[in-house]
Amino acid sequence: MSVGAPKIPVVVAEVVELNPLIKRFRFVRTDGKPMPTFSGGAHIVVEMDDNGTRRMNPYSLMSDPTDTSGFEISVRRDDAGRGGSLYMHNHVRPGMAMQVSHPVNLFGLDLRAKKHLLIAGGIGITPFIAQMTQLEHLGHRFELHYSVRSPELGAYADDLKSRYGDRVHIYYDNQKHMIPLAELLEGQPLGTHLYVCGPKGMIAWVLGSAEAAGWHPSTLHSEEFLAPPVGHAFEVELAASRKTITVGPAQSLLEAMEAAGVDAPYLCRGGACGQCETDVHRCDGSIEHNDHWLTPEQKASNTKIMPCVSRFHGATLVIDR
Amino acid sequence: MTNSVLEGTMRSRPVYGVLEPRPGKAHLIVADGEGAGAVVDLVARAGETAPAMLARTHIIYMPGPNGTDAFESLKALGAAQAFRTHDYSTAQPRLKKVLGDAHMGLQIYTTGTEGLMGQVLRDVMEAGLPAQAVQTEHRGSTVRRVQCVHCKGITENVRTDPFQCSHCGLHLFVRDHYSRRLAAYQGVNIDAEDPGEVPPAVERFK
Repeated sequence: MSVGAPKIPVVVAEVVELNPLIKRFRFVRTDGKPMPTFSGGAHIVVEMDDNGTRRMNPYSLMSDPTDTSGFEISVRRDDAGRGGSLYMHNHVRPGMAMQVSHPVNLFGLDLRAKKHLLIAGGIGITPFIAQMTQLEHLGHRFELHYSVRSPELGAYADDLKSRYGDRVHIYYDNQKHMIPLAELLEGQPLGTHLYVCGPKGMIAWVLGSAEAAGWHPSTLHSEEFLAPPVGHAFEVELAASRKTITVGPAQSLLEAMEAAGVDAPYLCRGGACGQCETDVHRCDGSIEHNDHWLTPEQKASNTKIMPCVSRFHGATLVIDR
Repeated sequence: MTNSVLEGTMRSRPVYGVLEPRPGKAHLIVADGEGAGAVVDLVARAGETAPAMLARTHIIYMPGPNGTDAFESLKALGAAQAFRTHDYSTAQPRLKKVLGDAHMGLQIYTTGTEGLMGQVLRDVMEAGLPAQAVQTEHRGSTVRRVQCVHCKGITENVRTDPFQCSHCGLHLFVRDHYSRRLAAYQGVNIDAEDPGEVPPAVERFK
Protein backbone atom coordinates (compact mmCIF):
# COMPACT_ATOMS: atom_id res chain seq x y z
CA MET A 1 0.00 0.00 0.00
CA SER A 2 1.00 3.59 -0.27
CA VAL A 3 2.71 5.64 2.38
CA GLY A 4 1.17 5.46 5.83
CA ALA A 5 -1.36 2.72 5.02
CA PRO A 6 -1.66 0.17 7.80
CA LYS A 7 -0.01 -3.21 7.32
CA ILE A 8 -1.51 -6.51 8.42
CA PRO A 9 0.56 -8.45 10.96
CA VAL A 10 0.46 -12.13 10.05
CA VAL A 11 1.95 -15.46 10.94
CA VAL A 12 2.71 -18.14 8.36
CA ALA A 13 0.17 -20.89 9.06
CA GLU A 14 1.10 -23.34 6.33
CA VAL A 15 3.71 -23.89 3.63
CA VAL A 16 2.91 -26.49 0.98
CA GLU A 17 5.41 -27.59 -1.63
CA LEU A 18 3.32 -28.29 -4.72
CA ASN A 19 6.21 -29.17 -6.99
CA PRO A 20 9.93 -28.37 -7.19
CA LEU A 21 9.18 -24.82 -8.36
CA ILE A 22 6.01 -23.74 -6.58
CA LYS A 23 5.14 -23.35 -2.92
CA ARG A 24 1.86 -22.21 -1.44
CA PHE A 25 1.80 -20.05 1.70
CA ARG A 26 -1.11 -19.37 4.02
CA PHE A 27 -1.09 -16.31 6.30
CA VAL A 28 -3.36 -15.74 9.28
CA ARG A 29 -3.60 -12.58 11.36
CA THR A 30 -1.88 -12.32 14.69
CA ASP A 31 -4.14 -9.55 16.02
CA GLY A 32 -7.29 -11.68 16.05
CA LYS A 33 -9.17 -9.47 13.58
CA PRO A 34 -10.75 -10.88 10.41
CA MET A 35 -8.80 -10.57 7.17
CA PRO A 36 -10.34 -8.07 4.77
CA THR A 37 -12.36 -9.63 1.98
CA PHE A 38 -11.16 -8.85 -1.53
CA SER A 39 -12.17 -9.25 -5.16
CA GLY A 40 -10.72 -11.88 -7.49
CA GLY A 41 -7.50 -10.68 -9.11
CA ALA A 42 -6.30 -8.72 -6.07
CA HIS A 43 -2.73 -8.96 -4.79
CA ILE A 44 -0.90 -8.26 -1.56
CA VAL A 45 2.63 -6.99 -1.06
CA VAL A 46 4.60 -9.34 1.21
CA GLU A 47 7.39 -7.76 3.24
CA MET A 48 10.52 -9.80 3.83
CA ASP A 49 13.53 -9.09 5.97
CA ASP A 50 16.28 -10.85 4.06
CA ASN A 51 19.32 -10.44 6.30
CA GLY A 52 18.80 -6.70 6.60
CA THR A 53 17.60 -6.20 3.02
CA ARG A 54 13.92 -5.32 2.94
CA ARG A 55 12.14 -7.05 0.08
CA MET A 56 8.55 -6.26 -0.85
CA ASN A 57 7.07 -8.43 -3.56
CA PRO A 58 3.50 -8.42 -4.92
CA TYR A 59 1.72 -11.78 -5.07
CA SER A 60 -1.81 -12.49 -6.33
CA LEU A 61 -4.23 -13.79 -3.73
CA MET A 62 -5.61 -17.20 -4.61
CA SER A 63 -7.77 -18.01 -1.60
CA ASP A 64 -11.54 -17.60 -1.48
CA PRO A 65 -12.19 -13.82 -1.61
CA THR A 66 -14.86 -14.16 1.08
CA ASP A 67 -12.66 -16.20 3.47
CA THR A 68 -11.70 -13.88 6.32
CA SER A 69 -9.68 -16.53 8.18
CA GLY A 70 -6.55 -16.18 6.05
CA PHE A 71 -4.83 -15.28 2.79
CA GLU A 72 -3.11 -17.73 0.42
CA ILE A 73 -0.52 -17.05 -2.26
CA SER A 74 1.62 -19.25 -4.49
CA VAL A 75 5.23 -18.38 -5.21
CA ARG A 76 7.23 -19.68 -8.13
CA ARG A 77 10.94 -19.88 -7.38
CA ASP A 78 13.01 -17.70 -9.70
CA ASP A 79 16.67 -18.73 -9.33
CA ALA A 80 17.82 -15.86 -11.55
CA GLY A 81 15.69 -13.24 -9.79
CA ARG A 82 16.71 -10.70 -7.19
CA GLY A 83 15.98 -12.98 -4.28
CA GLY A 84 12.40 -12.41 -3.10
CA SER A 85 11.03 -15.72 -4.33
CA LEU A 86 14.17 -17.54 -3.15
CA TYR A 87 13.69 -16.02 0.29
CA MET A 88 10.07 -17.18 0.35
CA HIS A 89 11.14 -20.70 -0.70
CA ASN A 90 14.22 -21.08 1.49
CA HIS A 91 13.49 -19.13 4.65
CA VAL A 92 9.76 -18.79 5.20
CA ARG A 93 8.52 -21.49 7.58
CA PRO A 94 5.25 -22.09 9.42
CA GLY A 95 5.08 -20.02 12.60
CA MET A 96 7.12 -17.12 11.21
CA ALA A 97 5.82 -13.60 11.83
CA MET A 98 5.59 -11.36 8.75
CA GLN A 99 3.76 -8.30 7.45
CA VAL A 100 1.55 -8.05 4.40
CA SER A 101 -0.30 -5.12 2.81
CA HIS A 102 -4.04 -4.82 2.42
CA PRO A 103 -5.31 -6.33 -0.85
CA VAL A 104 -5.21 -4.12 -3.95
CA ASN A 105 -6.87 -5.10 -7.20
CA LEU A 106 -5.39 -4.04 -10.53
CA PHE A 107 -6.88 -7.03 -12.34
CA GLY A 108 -10.54 -7.07 -11.35
CA LEU A 109 -13.36 -8.79 -13.19
CA ASP A 110 -15.74 -6.62 -15.16
CA LEU A 111 -18.96 -8.01 -13.73
CA ARG A 112 -21.06 -6.38 -16.45
CA ALA A 113 -19.73 -9.05 -18.83
CA LYS A 114 -21.98 -11.90 -19.96
CA LYS A 115 -19.08 -14.33 -19.92
CA HIS A 116 -15.46 -14.35 -18.76
CA LEU A 117 -12.74 -15.97 -20.87
CA LEU A 118 -9.70 -16.60 -18.64
CA ILE A 119 -6.30 -17.39 -20.17
CA ALA A 120 -3.43 -18.34 -17.85
CA GLY A 121 0.19 -19.23 -18.44
CA GLY A 122 2.22 -20.96 -15.72
CA ILE A 123 2.14 -19.24 -12.33
CA GLY A 124 -0.22 -16.66 -13.91
CA ILE A 125 -2.96 -19.07 -12.80
CA THR A 126 -3.08 -17.68 -9.24
CA PRO A 127 -5.35 -14.61 -9.69
CA PHE A 128 -7.75 -16.77 -11.72
CA ILE A 129 -8.16 -19.23 -8.87
CA ALA A 130 -9.67 -16.45 -6.72
CA GLN A 131 -11.61 -15.05 -9.68
CA MET A 132 -13.18 -18.43 -10.45
CA THR A 133 -14.24 -18.82 -6.84
CA GLN A 134 -15.87 -15.40 -7.02
CA LEU A 135 -17.55 -16.16 -10.37
CA GLU A 136 -18.83 -19.46 -9.00
CA HIS A 137 -20.33 -17.67 -5.96
CA LEU A 138 -22.02 -15.20 -8.32
CA GLY A 139 -23.16 -17.86 -10.79
CA HIS A 140 -21.47 -16.12 -13.74
CA ARG A 141 -20.30 -17.92 -16.89
CA PHE A 142 -16.59 -18.50 -17.41
CA GLU A 143 -14.08 -20.80 -19.02
CA LEU A 144 -10.40 -21.19 -18.20
CA HIS A 145 -7.62 -22.03 -20.63
CA TYR A 146 -4.47 -22.82 -18.66
CA SER A 147 -1.18 -23.44 -20.39
CA VAL A 148 1.64 -24.96 -18.38
CA ARG A 149 4.99 -26.57 -19.13
CA SER A 150 4.28 -30.14 -17.99
CA PRO A 151 1.85 -32.14 -15.84
CA GLU A 152 4.49 -32.10 -13.05
CA LEU A 153 4.47 -28.29 -13.00
CA GLY A 154 0.73 -27.88 -13.53
CA ALA A 155 0.25 -27.05 -9.88
CA TYR A 156 -3.49 -26.59 -9.77
CA ALA A 157 -4.58 -28.29 -12.99
CA ASP A 158 -6.14 -31.44 -11.49
CA ASP A 159 -7.74 -29.57 -8.63
CA LEU A 160 -9.35 -27.00 -10.93
CA LYS A 161 -10.45 -29.68 -13.36
CA SER A 162 -12.21 -31.61 -10.62
CA ARG A 163 -13.80 -28.46 -9.22
CA TYR A 164 -15.01 -26.89 -12.47
CA GLY A 165 -15.15 -29.81 -14.94
CA ASP A 166 -15.30 -28.96 -18.62
CA ARG A 167 -15.07 -25.25 -17.95
CA VAL A 168 -11.34 -25.84 -17.39
CA HIS A 169 -9.02 -26.63 -20.31
CA ILE A 170 -5.38 -27.57 -19.69
CA TYR A 171 -2.57 -27.41 -22.27
CA TYR A 172 0.84 -29.02 -21.63
CA ASP A 173 3.77 -27.53 -23.56
CA ASN A 174 5.79 -30.75 -23.33
CA GLN A 175 2.95 -32.62 -25.02
CA LYS A 176 2.78 -29.93 -27.72
CA HIS A 177 -0.67 -28.75 -26.64
CA MET A 178 -1.35 -25.19 -27.72
CA ILE A 179 -4.17 -22.89 -26.68
CA PRO A 180 -6.33 -22.71 -29.86
CA LEU A 181 -6.48 -18.94 -29.55
CA ALA A 182 -7.87 -18.12 -32.99
CA GLU A 183 -10.85 -20.46 -32.53
CA LEU A 184 -11.41 -19.25 -28.99
CA LEU A 185 -11.55 -15.63 -30.09
CA GLU A 186 -13.82 -16.52 -32.99
CA GLY A 187 -16.58 -18.24 -31.08
CA GLN A 188 -17.23 -16.10 -27.99
CA PRO A 189 -20.72 -14.67 -27.47
CA LEU A 190 -21.08 -10.89 -27.57
CA GLY A 191 -20.43 -9.45 -24.11
CA THR A 192 -17.48 -11.73 -23.33
CA HIS A 193 -14.50 -10.15 -21.54
CA LEU A 194 -11.04 -11.67 -21.86
CA TYR A 195 -8.44 -11.83 -19.06
CA VAL A 196 -4.85 -12.96 -19.50
CA CYS A 197 -2.06 -13.43 -16.96
CA GLY A 198 1.25 -15.13 -17.66
CA PRO A 199 4.61 -14.51 -19.31
CA LYS A 200 5.14 -11.29 -21.26
CA GLY A 201 5.18 -13.01 -24.67
CA MET A 202 1.91 -14.77 -23.99
CA ILE A 203 0.15 -11.60 -22.89
CA ALA A 204 1.31 -9.78 -26.04
CA TRP A 205 0.19 -12.71 -28.22
CA VAL A 206 -3.27 -12.91 -26.66
CA LEU A 207 -3.97 -9.17 -26.58
CA GLY A 208 -2.57 -8.63 -30.09
CA SER A 209 -4.63 -11.49 -31.55
CA ALA A 210 -7.80 -10.32 -29.80
CA GLU A 211 -7.48 -6.74 -31.04
CA ALA A 212 -6.79 -7.98 -34.57
CA ALA A 213 -9.95 -10.09 -34.33
CA GLY A 214 -11.97 -6.96 -33.53
CA TRP A 215 -12.17 -7.18 -29.73
CA HIS A 216 -12.31 -3.68 -28.27
CA PRO A 217 -9.51 -2.90 -25.74
CA SER A 218 -12.16 -2.17 -23.09
CA THR A 219 -13.05 -5.89 -23.12
CA LEU A 220 -9.43 -7.02 -22.67
CA HIS A 221 -7.69 -7.26 -19.29
CA SER A 222 -4.18 -8.34 -18.41
CA GLU A 223 -1.75 -8.37 -15.53
CA GLU A 224 1.96 -8.82 -15.48
CA PHE A 225 4.07 -7.90 -12.48
CA LEU A 226 7.57 -6.95 -13.45
CA ALA A 227 10.38 -7.77 -11.11
CA PRO A 228 12.64 -4.73 -10.85
CA PRO A 229 15.47 -5.53 -13.27
CA VAL A 230 19.03 -5.56 -12.06
CA GLY A 231 21.60 -3.24 -13.65
CA HIS A 232 24.48 -0.90 -12.93
CA ALA A 233 24.61 1.16 -9.77
CA PHE A 234 23.59 4.80 -10.30
CA GLU A 235 23.29 8.01 -8.34
CA VAL A 236 20.07 10.02 -7.94
CA GLU A 237 19.47 13.41 -6.37
CA LEU A 238 16.20 13.62 -4.44
CA ALA A 239 15.25 17.30 -4.70
CA ALA A 240 12.44 17.44 -2.12
CA SER A 241 14.35 15.46 0.53
CA ARG A 242 17.70 17.16 -0.27
CA LYS A 243 19.52 13.84 -0.43
CA THR A 244 21.75 12.12 -2.95
CA ILE A 245 21.51 8.35 -2.92
CA THR A 246 23.17 5.48 -4.74
CA VAL A 247 20.98 2.72 -6.15
CA GLY A 248 22.76 -0.63 -5.94
CA PRO A 249 22.89 -3.07 -8.89
CA ALA A 250 20.25 -5.41 -7.41
CA GLN A 251 18.22 -2.65 -5.79
CA SER A 252 15.35 -0.65 -7.29
CA LEU A 253 15.26 3.14 -7.06
CA LEU A 254 12.19 2.82 -4.85
CA GLU A 255 13.99 0.44 -2.49
CA ALA A 256 17.03 2.74 -2.37
CA MET A 257 14.81 5.70 -1.42
CA GLU A 258 13.14 3.62 1.30
CA ALA A 259 16.54 2.51 2.60
CA ALA A 260 17.52 6.19 2.83
CA GLY A 261 14.43 6.90 4.94
CA VAL A 262 12.45 8.66 2.20
CA ASP A 263 8.74 7.92 2.33
CA ALA A 264 7.91 7.40 -1.34
CA PRO A 265 4.45 6.32 -2.56
CA TYR A 266 3.95 2.88 -4.07
CA LEU A 267 1.29 0.25 -4.56
CA CYS A 268 2.15 -2.67 -6.84
CA ARG A 269 5.98 -2.34 -6.95
CA GLY A 270 5.81 -3.94 -10.38
CA GLY A 271 5.43 -1.12 -12.91
CA ALA A 272 1.70 -1.63 -13.36
CA CYS A 273 -0.32 0.68 -11.14
CA GLY A 274 1.16 4.17 -11.57
CA GLN A 275 1.21 5.07 -7.90
CA CYS A 276 4.95 5.80 -7.67
CA GLU A 277 5.07 8.11 -10.74
CA THR A 278 7.64 10.82 -10.03
CA ASP A 279 8.56 14.05 -11.86
CA VAL A 280 12.07 14.32 -13.22
CA HIS A 281 13.68 17.75 -12.69
CA ARG A 282 16.87 17.09 -14.59
CA CYS A 283 18.15 14.21 -16.65
CA ASP A 284 21.65 14.25 -18.15
CA GLY A 285 21.72 10.71 -19.45
CA SER A 286 18.97 8.27 -20.17
CA ILE A 287 16.25 6.61 -18.14
CA GLU A 288 15.63 2.89 -18.67
CA HIS A 289 11.84 2.93 -18.55
CA ASN A 290 10.80 -0.60 -17.57
CA ASP A 291 7.18 0.12 -16.59
CA HIS A 292 3.79 -0.54 -18.22
CA TRP A 293 2.45 2.80 -16.98
CA LEU A 294 3.95 5.79 -18.79
CA THR A 295 2.94 6.48 -22.38
CA PRO A 296 5.61 6.16 -25.10
CA GLU A 297 5.60 9.99 -25.36
CA GLN A 298 6.16 10.40 -21.62
CA LYS A 299 8.97 7.86 -21.73
CA ALA A 300 10.64 9.63 -24.64
CA SER A 301 10.42 13.03 -22.95
CA ASN A 302 12.26 11.81 -19.81
CA THR A 303 10.11 14.03 -17.60
CA LYS A 304 8.68 11.18 -15.49
CA ILE A 305 10.07 8.04 -13.92
CA MET A 306 8.54 5.00 -12.19
CA PRO A 307 11.03 4.29 -9.36
CA CYS A 308 9.70 0.78 -8.68
CA VAL A 309 11.16 -0.72 -11.86
CA SER A 310 13.03 1.93 -13.86
CA ARG A 311 16.75 2.71 -13.80
CA PHE A 312 19.13 5.39 -15.06
CA HIS A 313 22.53 5.68 -16.62
CA GLY A 314 24.33 8.93 -17.28
CA ALA A 315 25.72 11.91 -15.41
CA THR A 316 22.89 13.43 -13.37
CA LEU A 317 19.32 12.51 -12.47
CA VAL A 318 17.31 14.85 -10.20
CA ILE A 319 13.80 13.75 -9.24
CA ASP A 320 11.01 15.42 -7.28
CA ARG A 321 10.98 13.27 -4.15
CA MET B 1 -25.20 16.65 -44.93
CA THR B 2 -23.55 18.46 -42.06
CA ASN B 3 -22.43 17.33 -38.69
CA SER B 4 -24.54 18.88 -36.00
CA VAL B 5 -22.88 21.14 -33.47
CA LEU B 6 -23.79 20.35 -29.89
CA GLU B 7 -23.49 23.53 -27.90
CA GLY B 8 -21.91 23.91 -24.49
CA THR B 9 -20.04 21.51 -22.31
CA MET B 10 -21.99 19.03 -20.28
CA ARG B 11 -20.17 16.45 -18.22
CA SER B 12 -22.92 13.86 -18.32
CA ARG B 13 -23.40 13.91 -22.10
CA PRO B 14 -21.42 11.24 -23.97
CA VAL B 15 -18.78 12.56 -26.36
CA TYR B 16 -19.67 11.60 -29.92
CA GLY B 17 -16.98 10.94 -32.49
CA VAL B 18 -16.66 10.22 -36.18
CA LEU B 19 -17.29 6.70 -37.47
CA GLU B 20 -14.15 4.89 -38.59
CA PRO B 21 -14.08 1.46 -40.23
CA ARG B 22 -12.47 -1.05 -37.86
CA PRO B 23 -11.50 -4.64 -38.59
CA GLY B 24 -14.01 -7.14 -37.32
CA LYS B 25 -15.83 -10.31 -38.18
CA ALA B 26 -19.12 -8.45 -38.82
CA HIS B 27 -20.46 -4.91 -38.72
CA LEU B 28 -23.72 -3.69 -37.22
CA ILE B 29 -24.87 -0.16 -37.99
CA VAL B 30 -27.90 1.49 -36.40
CA ALA B 31 -28.80 4.92 -37.80
CA ASP B 32 -31.66 7.37 -38.01
CA GLY B 33 -32.41 10.45 -40.16
CA GLU B 34 -29.28 12.35 -41.21
CA GLY B 35 -27.16 9.53 -39.76
CA ALA B 36 -27.48 7.92 -43.20
CA GLY B 37 -24.89 10.46 -44.38
CA ALA B 38 -22.43 9.33 -41.72
CA VAL B 39 -22.90 5.71 -42.84
CA VAL B 40 -22.19 6.67 -46.46
CA ASP B 41 -19.07 8.53 -45.28
CA LEU B 42 -18.00 5.52 -43.18
CA VAL B 43 -18.20 3.22 -46.19
CA ALA B 44 -16.29 5.77 -48.29
CA ARG B 45 -13.54 5.81 -45.62
CA ALA B 46 -13.24 2.02 -45.90
CA GLY B 47 -11.90 2.57 -49.44
CA GLU B 48 -11.00 -0.63 -51.21
CA THR B 49 -11.94 -2.73 -48.18
CA ALA B 50 -15.55 -1.47 -48.48
CA PRO B 51 -16.91 -4.42 -50.52
CA ALA B 52 -15.54 -6.94 -47.99
CA MET B 53 -16.93 -4.86 -45.14
CA LEU B 54 -20.36 -4.45 -46.75
CA ALA B 55 -20.59 -8.19 -47.37
CA ARG B 56 -20.65 -8.59 -43.57
CA THR B 57 -22.65 -5.48 -42.69
CA HIS B 58 -26.15 -5.28 -41.24
CA ILE B 59 -27.79 -1.84 -41.31
CA ILE B 60 -30.87 -0.97 -39.26
CA TYR B 61 -32.30 2.40 -40.21
CA MET B 62 -35.26 4.55 -39.23
CA PRO B 63 -36.35 8.07 -40.24
CA GLY B 64 -35.25 10.92 -37.98
CA PRO B 65 -37.60 12.82 -35.65
CA ASN B 66 -37.68 15.64 -38.23
CA GLY B 67 -38.92 13.22 -40.88
CA THR B 68 -35.62 12.87 -42.78
CA ASP B 69 -35.66 9.49 -44.51
CA ALA B 70 -32.53 8.71 -46.53
CA PHE B 71 -32.97 4.94 -46.58
CA GLU B 72 -32.54 4.81 -50.37
CA SER B 73 -28.93 6.04 -50.01
CA LEU B 74 -28.23 3.16 -47.62
CA LYS B 75 -29.95 0.55 -49.76
CA ALA B 76 -27.71 1.68 -52.64
CA LEU B 77 -24.60 0.75 -50.63
CA GLY B 78 -25.28 -2.94 -51.13
CA ALA B 79 -24.80 -4.16 -47.56
CA ALA B 80 -25.58 -7.81 -46.74
CA GLN B 81 -28.69 -6.59 -44.91
CA ALA B 82 -30.36 -3.18 -44.87
CA PHE B 83 -33.57 -2.95 -42.89
CA ARG B 84 -35.83 0.05 -42.42
CA THR B 85 -38.13 0.39 -39.43
CA HIS B 86 -40.65 3.02 -38.39
CA ASP B 87 -38.87 4.06 -35.18
CA TYR B 88 -36.66 2.73 -32.38
CA SER B 89 -39.37 0.77 -30.62
CA THR B 90 -39.96 -1.25 -33.78
CA ALA B 91 -36.20 -1.61 -34.42
CA GLN B 92 -35.43 -2.78 -30.90
CA PRO B 93 -36.61 -6.41 -31.10
CA ARG B 94 -34.46 -6.89 -34.21
CA LEU B 95 -31.45 -5.22 -32.58
CA LYS B 96 -31.79 -7.38 -29.46
CA LYS B 97 -32.00 -10.53 -31.56
CA VAL B 98 -28.90 -9.52 -33.53
CA LEU B 99 -26.96 -8.74 -30.33
CA GLY B 100 -28.09 -12.00 -28.74
CA ASP B 101 -26.83 -14.05 -31.68
CA ALA B 102 -23.60 -12.08 -32.25
CA HIS B 103 -20.03 -13.02 -31.36
CA MET B 104 -17.11 -10.98 -30.11
CA GLY B 105 -15.38 -9.28 -32.99
CA LEU B 106 -18.63 -7.62 -34.10
CA GLN B 107 -18.10 -3.89 -34.71
CA ILE B 108 -21.02 -1.70 -33.70
CA TYR B 109 -21.63 1.78 -35.09
CA THR B 110 -24.53 4.12 -34.32
CA THR B 111 -25.20 7.52 -35.80
CA GLY B 112 -27.95 10.11 -36.00
CA THR B 113 -29.81 11.69 -33.12
CA GLU B 114 -28.81 11.52 -29.49
CA GLY B 115 -32.04 9.73 -28.56
CA LEU B 116 -31.29 6.90 -30.98
CA MET B 117 -27.61 6.56 -30.07
CA GLY B 118 -28.38 6.62 -26.34
CA GLN B 119 -30.86 3.79 -26.67
CA VAL B 120 -28.49 1.74 -28.82
CA LEU B 121 -25.68 2.26 -26.27
CA ARG B 122 -28.01 1.27 -23.45
CA ASP B 123 -29.08 -1.94 -25.22
CA VAL B 124 -25.50 -2.81 -26.20
CA MET B 125 -24.33 -2.31 -22.59
CA GLU B 126 -27.12 -4.60 -21.50
CA ALA B 127 -25.63 -7.19 -23.87
CA GLY B 128 -22.37 -6.98 -21.88
CA LEU B 129 -20.21 -4.70 -24.04
CA PRO B 130 -18.72 -1.50 -22.58
CA ALA B 131 -20.08 1.72 -24.10
CA GLN B 132 -16.58 2.59 -25.36
CA ALA B 133 -16.74 -0.42 -27.68
CA VAL B 134 -19.47 1.30 -29.72
CA GLN B 135 -18.61 4.04 -32.20
CA THR B 136 -20.96 7.02 -32.35
CA GLU B 137 -21.41 10.06 -34.58
CA HIS B 138 -24.02 12.75 -34.04
CA ARG B 139 -25.95 13.91 -37.10
CA GLY B 140 -29.21 15.72 -37.58
CA SER B 141 -31.75 16.88 -35.05
CA THR B 142 -30.83 17.90 -31.49
CA VAL B 143 -34.28 17.22 -30.00
CA ARG B 144 -34.08 15.53 -26.64
CA ARG B 145 -35.46 12.39 -25.06
CA VAL B 146 -36.51 13.45 -21.54
CA GLN B 147 -37.59 11.52 -18.48
CA CYS B 148 -40.03 13.21 -16.11
CA VAL B 149 -38.49 12.77 -12.65
CA HIS B 150 -42.00 12.80 -11.14
CA CYS B 151 -43.95 10.19 -13.10
CA LYS B 152 -40.86 8.55 -14.76
CA GLY B 153 -42.58 8.72 -18.15
CA ILE B 154 -40.37 9.46 -21.13
CA THR B 155 -41.25 12.10 -23.70
CA GLU B 156 -39.52 11.74 -27.05
CA ASN B 157 -38.41 14.54 -29.36
CA VAL B 158 -38.66 17.44 -26.92
CA ARG B 159 -38.07 20.75 -28.73
CA THR B 160 -38.90 23.37 -26.14
CA ASP B 161 -37.90 24.22 -22.62
CA PRO B 162 -40.05 24.09 -20.59
CA PHE B 163 -42.37 21.49 -22.07
CA GLN B 164 -45.35 19.54 -20.87
CA CYS B 165 -44.82 15.92 -19.83
CA SER B 166 -46.65 13.68 -22.29
CA HIS B 167 -47.56 11.31 -19.44
CA CYS B 168 -48.55 13.30 -16.35
CA GLY B 169 -48.97 16.77 -17.85
CA LEU B 170 -46.57 18.60 -15.50
CA HIS B 171 -44.60 21.49 -16.97
CA LEU B 172 -40.96 20.38 -16.99
CA PHE B 173 -37.66 22.24 -17.12
CA VAL B 174 -35.12 20.29 -19.25
CA ARG B 175 -31.93 19.94 -17.26
CA ASP B 176 -28.51 19.50 -18.91
CA HIS B 177 -28.27 16.23 -17.04
CA TYR B 178 -28.07 13.08 -19.12
CA SER B 179 -28.53 9.51 -17.88
CA ARG B 180 -26.85 6.75 -19.87
CA ARG B 181 -28.87 4.15 -18.03
CA LEU B 182 -32.13 5.73 -19.19
CA ALA B 183 -30.74 7.25 -22.39
CA ALA B 184 -32.63 10.42 -21.46
CA TYR B 185 -32.28 13.90 -20.00
CA GLN B 186 -33.90 14.81 -16.73
CA GLY B 187 -37.08 16.90 -16.69
CA VAL B 188 -38.08 18.65 -13.43
CA ASN B 189 -41.35 20.42 -12.62
CA ILE B 190 -40.81 24.15 -13.22
CA ASP B 191 -43.84 25.54 -11.34
CA ALA B 192 -43.81 23.39 -8.22
CA GLU B 193 -43.49 26.38 -5.84
CA ASP B 194 -45.84 28.72 -7.71
CA PRO B 195 -48.33 26.52 -9.57
CA GLY B 196 -49.37 28.06 -12.85
CA GLU B 197 -46.37 30.35 -13.18
CA VAL B 198 -44.82 28.69 -16.20
CA PRO B 199 -42.31 30.73 -18.21
CA PRO B 200 -42.93 30.79 -21.96
CA ALA B 201 -41.53 27.81 -23.83
CA VAL B 202 -38.36 28.53 -25.82
CA GLU B 203 -37.31 26.34 -28.72
CA ARG B 204 -33.90 25.16 -27.52
CA PHE B 205 -33.61 21.91 -29.45
CA LYS B 206 -34.12 21.60 -33.20
